[in-house]
Amino acid sequence: MKFIFDEFKEGMRIAFAAIRANKMRSVLTTLGIIIGILSVTLMGTAIEGLDRAFNESLASLGPDVLYIQKWPWGDRGDDWWKYRNRREVKIQQAKDIEKYSELAQAVNPAIGEIRNVKYGQKLVENVTVVGTGAALLETSGATIAFGRFFTRFETDGGRPVCAIGSEVAANLFPNENPIGKTIKVGGYAYQVLGVFEKQGSFLGEQSLDNRVYVPIYRFFKEFMSRRGGISIMVKAKSVEEMDNTIEEIRGIMRKSRRLSPKDEDDFAINQQEIIVQTFNQIGGVIAAVGLFITGMSLFVGGIGIMNIMFVSVTERTKEIGIRKAIGAPRRTILLQFLIESAALCLIGGIVGIIIAFPLSLIIDTFLPTAMPLSIILIALFISVFVGVISGFLPAFRASRLNPVDSLRYE
Amino acid sequence: MDEGIMSTIIKFKNITKVYQVGDEQVHALDGISMQIQKNEYVAIMGPSGSGKSTMMNIVGCLDTPTSGLYELNGTNVSDMDDDDLAKIRNKEIGFVFQTFNLLARSDVLHNVELPLIYGGIGSAERRKLARAAIERVGLTDRIHHKPNELSGGQRQRVAVARALVTQPAILLADEPTGNLDTKTGDEIMMLFDTLHKEGNTIILVTHEEDIAIHAHRRVRLRDGKIENDEMVKNRRIIK
Ligand SMILES: Nc1ncnc2c1ncn2[C@@H]1O[C@H](COP(=O)(O)OP(=O)(O)O)[C@@H](O)[C@H]1O
Ligand SMILES: [Mg+2]
Repeated sequence: MKFIFDEFKEGMRIAFAAIRANKMRSVLTTLGIIIGILSVTLMGTAIEGLDRAFNESLASLGPDVLYIQKWPWGDRGDDWWKYRNRREVKIQQAKDIEKYSELAQAVNPAIGEIRNVKYGQKLVENVTVVGTGAALLETSGATIAFGRFFTRFETDGGRPVCAIGSEVAANLFPNENPIGKTIKVGGYAYQVLGVFEKQGSFLGEQSLDNRVYVPIYRFFKEFMSRRGGISIMVKAKSVEEMDNTIEEIRGIMRKSRRLSPKDEDDFAINQQEIIVQTFNQIGGVIAAVGLFITGMSLFVGGIGIMNIMFVSVTERTKEIGIRKAIGAPRRTILLQFLIESAALCLIGGIVGIIIAFPLSLIIDTFLPTAMPLSIILIALFISVFVGVISGFLPAFRASRLNPVDSLRYE
Repeated sequence: MDEGIMSTIIKFKNITKVYQVGDEQVHALDGISMQIQKNEYVAIMGPSGSGKSTMMNIVGCLDTPTSGLYELNGTNVSDMDDDDLAKIRNKEIGFVFQTFNLLARSDVLHNVELPLIYGGIGSAERRKLARAAIERVGLTDRIHHKPNELSGGQRQRVAVARALVTQPAILLADEPTGNLDTKTGDEIMMLFDTLHKEGNTIILVTHEEDIAIHAHRRVRLRDGKIENDEMVKNRRIIK
């Protein structure tokens, strides 16, 4: 063991002496690795950021919640017209599910329209007004920051009350307590009962905080558009029972919509799973293409290292002969050159990471990520790996040199 | 076993070395049989191209014979693999080359330590042995100099120290004075004489009679064969 350590130390010493003796050449060859590691790290950081952004968005859709809607999520293929011509999902179906389902823990109908919201002179445009049942807090990840949400009684009675998103609250009530105030939603008066906790945006698109929630029966009276389809959110009692829950809901829906056994479903039961699958498909392709392209630059860097290591072996043929003459076994010579190329690449990797770090902070401004430690460690590992791989052939050739011929080499 | 066999260090039996050059076969060594005993001082002589270096390389386990048997210290080394030969070179052989063959980027101490590193000797012991060998050749005050900061004679002393440091069975020197002027050459030869007196076995390749005169025994090669193998009566002693 001690012996290997001494050999390793000797290998390091030779490697750094060689790198120091050929500064310019070392810098130039390392450049390839620097660029390779730089691009791979940044790509990795960006992919990691996309992933995080996605997962944060998904937190608003629970894994145990089903969304019964006219449109299916994910790839719709060529069936756009078929979905479009379906009957809307109606409030009656939410009532039926609530009445008959045994596997559902909570059922909440919801519908949305865009309206302007006013309080005194303050105006917020293009707010999503959501008509919802009272079970919203159970079926979504949203929580009330202060005040309260409306009750079942207030929903069923269609009371003019609302709970507002944090962004709406901040815009309408910068220095005031909103609770109990009356705001105008699309021209109708509503009393504010509560303010939601900040939720962020969904898939980087619509803000979940620029919303006003009103009782769905009030919504039907004041904001209902001509078509007026709703979504029904169903929270299952257990994630393990998801498949059974879906089957049960499908049966209730078909019965409620009076489908005959030969009709196919004219509604969709969506779940987080579908988005995860779609994202994994798209995200997987983006990641694969991105890493492949950046990996190419690392590959080219590796070729450069291999090339320079061949030069280094040839230049030092005599030295190899001397070392062999005084008893260096093949393994030692192999190790010596592997250490040299791994060290070159590791230096390149470290410099690449040092440059990548400030750049990753720029990525951080539009994706929720800083360069995670795991990527740094992986990058260092990859650079050593590239060094060992590209150094192997030259090192192997060095280790096989015949001592007599090498000693004669000038 | 009797005393004579015990002290035989090198035993060559019908050694040949054939190089294929194009369509032609060059018989660099053409059936060499000989023995060298412990503490002999042998000069291998002969004109250029007679096979001296080839013989030296085989004796030093840098190369293997095409055919024949080579026993070193009673071990058959004629068909050992590369790594076993490396081990033998490390433990049993000390080389001194015409062109010194020191590592240019390493100082004297490290050059001399190197065989001990490959021999797996721990660093404290290594340092001690290397310093002793350097002292032995009188270069203690140059211990941290690089080879290009030394004269030719000093470089060859470093090479001798490196050859000695593992206490090998044989010291092999291929034209050790070939790149030195007469005076420094003589100094190196004096060093060999002393080492021989201390019990070392020395084999010297040279084409100079002046140098060969230091040895007790002269083996003359011609066209890969032994032409003449004689003990020397009137050895030259440098005062
Ligand atoms: N690697 C080799 N390939 C082909 N021929 C060689 C090789 N090494 C030596 N020879 C030939 O073998 C013969 C002996 O060479 P060598 O042992 O170097 O002679 P010396 O050292 O006595 O001058 C020469 O004819 C030389 O050309
Ligand atoms: Mg020669």
